[in-house]
Amino acid sequence: MPHIALPDLPGIRGPMAFRPETAKPLNDLVDVLLRGPSSLTPGERELIATFVSARNDCRYCQTIHGAIAAHHLGGNEDLVLDVKQDPQSAAISYKLKALLVIAGKTAESGKLVTADDVARARQFGATDLEIHDTVLIAAVFCLCNRYVDGLATWAPDDPAFYRQRAALVAENGYAASTLTGPAT
Amino acid sequence: MAFRPETAVHLRALAEALLRGPSPLTSAERESIAAFVSSRNDCTFCYLSHRAAAAHHDGGDYTFVDTVTKGAGSASVSPKLRALLAIAGKVQQGGKEVTADDVARARAEGATDVEIHDTVLIAAAFCMYNRYVDGLATFTPTDPAAYDPMGKRMATQGYAGGRG
Repeated sequence: MPHIALPDLPGIRGPMAFRPETAKPLNDLVDVLLRGPSSLTPGERELIATFVSARNDCRYCQTIHGAIAAHHLGGNEDLVLDVKQDPQSAAISYKLKALLVIAGKTAESGKLVTADDVARARQFGATDLEIHDTVLIAAVFCLCNRYVDGLATWAPDDPAFYRQRAALVAENGYAASTLTGPAT
Repeated sequence: MAFRPETAVHLRALAEALLRGPSPLTSAERESIAAFVSSRNDCTFCYLSHRAAAAHHDGGDYTFVDTVTKGAGSASVSPKLRALLAIAGKVQQGGKEVTADDVARARAEGATDVEIHDTVLIAAAFCMYNRYVDGLATFTPTDPAAYDPMGKRMATQGYAGGRG
């Protein structure tokens, strides 16, 4: 049961419906970061979000963003699992592997990211904007994960829920899906 | 922030809503929670700038914010705020650390659901801002006095307008 009386919606959607004043900038931020113009694909960006949420052990966030990542990656749920378990041996680019190292360190503390980590990402073709967005995606999910678990929100068990929700978010975006999406 | 205006506008809007928007907690209290969490995350830039903002919500007096950040258990901090700071400190460690007992204690001291929500989200948001600032190894002045005018601007003009 959530720590406070929230609308009966899963995960982050409960506190977002409870406090729309803060939900709006948060949704707008996540929309720009994960779906806005970027040289990282939406699938790559959702993998970073999923990886950080798994590191932070946030069940709702890693499951929903894993489902959205899989949706963007042609339904490849195995790849999402591989990235969560061991990104360095997953079938992803060297650039994304290097960015996930930066994301993993940011999740622990921003101070752990070294000049070497950044140099390595650059060596595999990462641009400054891609490095920036990786750090900010990782930082934003340290917010979302704590928001979701700090209020003890609930998360559905049925994988079908997340697949259906993922298709809706992939099509309409976060802000639109939160405000108008069906309360499944 | 200047490097990526597309995300900066929403980061500023979030800070504005969280720290200066309508809330049963005062802006001085909310900025003090932000400074407290930033101090725990050892993020000098966020700690000193939000410390200064908290002071400028209190006429430029640093007594309250310094009491909060240096001694959240101090008797001169209200029992309600002490209970909320205990929750913020746990969120800083990880959301799952917050227990039903922590929340019950805050409620027993008079905290409302909105106050508990805002405390959790402020603490979570500063776990983001702190990582963003330090993960990119941004330039950080170390003299607290350098942050005073910045804090004054944050307190009086807010976050949504541009710099800060």
